[in-house]
Amino acid sequence: MITLGHYLFVAAVLFTIGVLGIFLNRRNVILMLMAIELILLAVNINLVAFSAFLGDLTGQVLAMFVLTVAAAEAAIGLAILVIFFRRRGSIAVDDVNRMHG
Amino acid sequence: MIAILAFYLFATLTIASAIAVIFARNPVHSVLWLILAFFNAAGLMLLAGAEFIAMVLVIVYVGAVAVLFLFVVMMLDIDFAQLRSGFTRNLPFGILIAIVLLAEVIVAEAANNAAPVLAGRQVPEAKVPNIVALGQLLYSRYLFAFEIAGLILLVAMIGAIVLTHRRRADTRTPNASKQLRRTPGEAIKNLNPGVGEGMKL
Repeated sequence: MITLGHYLFVAAVLFTIGVLGIFLNRRNVILMLMAIELILLAVNINLVAFSAFLGDLTGQVLAMFVLTVAAAEAAIGLAILVIFFRRRGSIAVDDVNRMHG
Repeated sequence: MIAILAFYLFATLTIASAIAVIFARNPVHSVLWLILAFFNAAGLMLLAGAEFIAMVLVIVYVGAVAVLFLFVVMMLDIDFAQLRSGFTRNLPFGILIAIVLLAEVIVAEAANNAAPVLAGRQVPEAKVPNIVALGQLLYSRYLFAFEIAGLILLVAMIGAIVLTHRRRADTRTPNASKQLRRTPGEAIKNLNPGVGEGMKL
């Protein structure tokens, strides 16, 4: 029998992997964005699991909004990445602090 | 029985491909693993009875976001080996942090399971299909939030276009209004040259 705890465990592991991905790929913005997508996926799994096991559809509505914001974030993030690459010729995060001023 | 097997299959594949995303050497492979993770997460959501969210996950993430990632990874000429330089240095500390975080989350969830919030609660059987119920909710109680979600997508679209658009100086785009303003009177000149003067040999 699959319970809520199973889903929560999968989501927790996925969330941790996302955080680890941000830690490990500190210089690569593309992989950081992918790790953020993993974190949002974990949040979505949590929302859907709670929605299913509570019998309340609000969680799924919220999961859809999270999906919307994730799509918008990915689009804007990659657009910023593209103009940053055009200007500097690299995507290393260490160089970003040169943008001030 | 099949549902339990499917759950473990989807869960294992989701976690395994998520690990492959962050450890893959080639970012293109990372994006492909990310697509596999999304598919399996959609399977998990299908098992939970959220058909609409599962389908939207596949359409939006795999169809739009992952393709966008793939596009950017392949379009930019980046030396990825150089970007991995801090990887092994951060590995022990990162794994330590990850273990602590996972332990905390699991302890918190175990404490929540012990709480009588969900105990003895019977989920009523759904009367209408998932999509119908979700649509009724979206277009009634959450209509305003739904509209704002659309607005967020519009702002993201305009923002991405404004950020990446660049006007090039050397394009030869025809100026349509200037072309349409031309009249025969100013465009054609009748010179009527004399015999033998019209050309130079």
